[in-house]
Amino acid sequence: MPNVIQLADVHKTYHTGEVDVRAVRGVSLTIGSGEFVALMGASGSGKSTMMNILGCLDRPTGGHYLLDGVDVSELTREQLADIRNTKIGFVFQGFNLLSRTSALENVELPMLYIRDHLQRHNVTERATRALRVVGLADRADHHPSQLSGGQQQRVAIARALVNQPALILADEPTGNLDSRTSIEIMGVFQKLNDEGITIVMVTHELDIAQYTKRNVVMRDGCVVSDVIVSKRLSAVEELQRLEQDHQAVQLTS
Amino acid sequence: MRFFATFRIALRALRRNKLRSVLTALGIIIGVGAVIAMVGIGNGAKAQVDAQIASLGKNVIIIWAGNVTSGGVRMGQGNAGTLLMRDVEGIAQEIPGVVAVSPEIGLGGQVIAGGQNWNTRMQGEAPEYFTIRQWPFMAGMSFTDQDVRGATKVCVIGKTVATQLFGDEDPVGRVIRIWSVPMVVVGVLAPKGMSVMGTDQDDIIYAPYTSVMKRFLRTSNLRAINVQTASQDLLTPVQRQIEALLREHHHISPPKEDDFTVRNQEEIAEMATATTKVMTLLLAAIASVSLVVGGIGIMNIMLVSVTERTREIGIRMAVGAHARDILLQFLIEAITLSSLGGILGIAIGIGAAKALSALAGWPTLISVPAVVVAFLFSAAVGVFFGFYPARKASQLDPIEALRYE
Repeated sequence: MPNVIQLADVHKTYHTGEVDVRAVRGVSLTIGSGEFVALMGASGSGKSTMMNILGCLDRPTGGHYLLDGVDVSELTREQLADIRNTKIGFVFQGFNLLSRTSALENVELPMLYIRDHLQRHNVTERATRALRVVGLADRADHHPSQLSGGQQQRVAIARALVNQPALILADEPTGNLDSRTSIEIMGVFQKLNDEGITIVMVTHELDIAQYTKRNVVMRDGCVVSDVIVSKRLSAVEELQRLEQDHQAVQLTS
Repeated sequence: MRFFATFRIALRALRRNKLRSVLTALGIIIGVGAVIAMVGIGNGAKAQVDAQIASLGKNVIIIWAGNVTSGGVRMGQGNAGTLLMRDVEGIAQEIPGVVAVSPEIGLGGQVIAGGQNWNTRMQGEAPEYFTIRQWPFMAGMSFTDQDVRGATKVCVIGKTVATQLFGDEDPVGRVIRIWSVPMVVVGVLAPKGMSVMGTDQDDIIYAPYTSVMKRFLRTSNLRAINVQTASQDLLTPVQRQIEALLREHHHISPPKEDDFTVRNQEEIAEMATATTKVMTLLLAAIASVSLVVGGIGIMNIMLVSVTERTREIGIRMAVGAHARDILLQFLIEAITLSSLGGILGIAIGIGAAKALSALAGWPTLISVPAVVVAFLFSAAVGVFFGFYPARKASQLDPIEALRYE
């Protein structure tokens, strides 16, 4: 199994004022292709910094980070942007869609910045296909304000998918959603993962982490626990169970 | 990134805030509109002056008796009595390049014809005068050299005089009385309009200079001499020679000042256009200030826009936009804003110029170069004032930008 992410003794130190903040202190981690990892930890544990480094939004101050076989620790701002464009799909807590812009155009956005002109074909067709994967093909011309939170997050996932990245990075993707919608979104991720897409997700919700395959817990800038999820939940089954409970409540009342 | 896509994004961003975009562009609209209208007025004034100068005639040199600038005190120009017929003969015979000379002598007074009377001026000239001034006749013809020799009582009248005295009737062959002297009208001049000095050039009567000398003023002192040179290049050399000749005739040597004034057509043109040039420049300068103010307005709004859209910038950067892409996006937005303002301004400027000429009767002339320059300048304003906000946007840190509330 080829490694999508390989971190070797990665450090990140912020020099703010007189005190140096050591946000990440020597993390070594390997994530293989097709994995579904939940990165967990309390606030201040360094998981957000980790996320920024994994997402090539920030560079480590020490150590090496190989993404899909490429050492990205020493790349320039522009090169990092290209890596983000082609190899990483982002899903954020706050959805981060462009307002007053249709779902389809939001999904098309990453294709706007593809450097390789040959890759820039069938933009609309590819965006439509990505929307179909997340089950929103019929809402292509809706604006974010006309969509529910869950639907907005699906559009964001479609946007993350559209350039066929090696990795999808999700930062608290269910943080702004109710529990049922959260499970639906986890269902989308599970489906994508089943199709072979590598997903790394930051979350602090234990129950959400149970839908992934592997849980990495950080504390004080170090990895303190790295376990395979033994009793993995299936979003499809959970939704069915919720449906049954709902019907039961209706029958008894 | 595709230029067209960037342009579309910019247009959409502007359309999203219609009122704000219009208000922002208003500075440029007013600035460009003012420049176009002002330059239009300036050009119109210049064209009018040019036409007036052309009405002086072709390759004309005018010599006035008396020195206009004598010791800073303006002498009664033309009444100094220092120009005589021998000066005219000298110029005509001794100076090469002179093709026509006409001595000038004048008076004012009341003319009577039939039941009508009119106050006007009468000038004595040679028949060459009408060649010098390129002045065609609309009826009849000029008096002749024979009339000059005989000091006959004939005259040529301007259009205004003809209308005032005879209305729609044909004046040729009719008799008019000036200072009780009856004169036969032999020709009517085509209208020339306003002179450079602002007087009506058609409100005049011309007679042979000999007639005026003998029958009216009983003097041989000339007021002025009109000279025509063979070509424009000869204006200055001929002018120098005339000055030398007259100094010799009048026994003038330094430090004595000239008792005559010579001006050629080019000098008169320069004097007349100097004012309009200054006026045009001044108006354009004032208008340019409003363009700069408009540019600052654009910069201001672009800075606000960058702050407002920090998160959008973060998203774009996260999905792979380079700093250059962001720079270009905001720059194109600023340029689009200023260029659209420029186009609207040009339209409004042309409209204002047209309205001014219609309402105030000011002549305006819209020049294509002015329109092109105004448009390019408004686009340049967008580049200049849009660059700083665009650069600020492009230098944002994607992590900070994504976190921005």
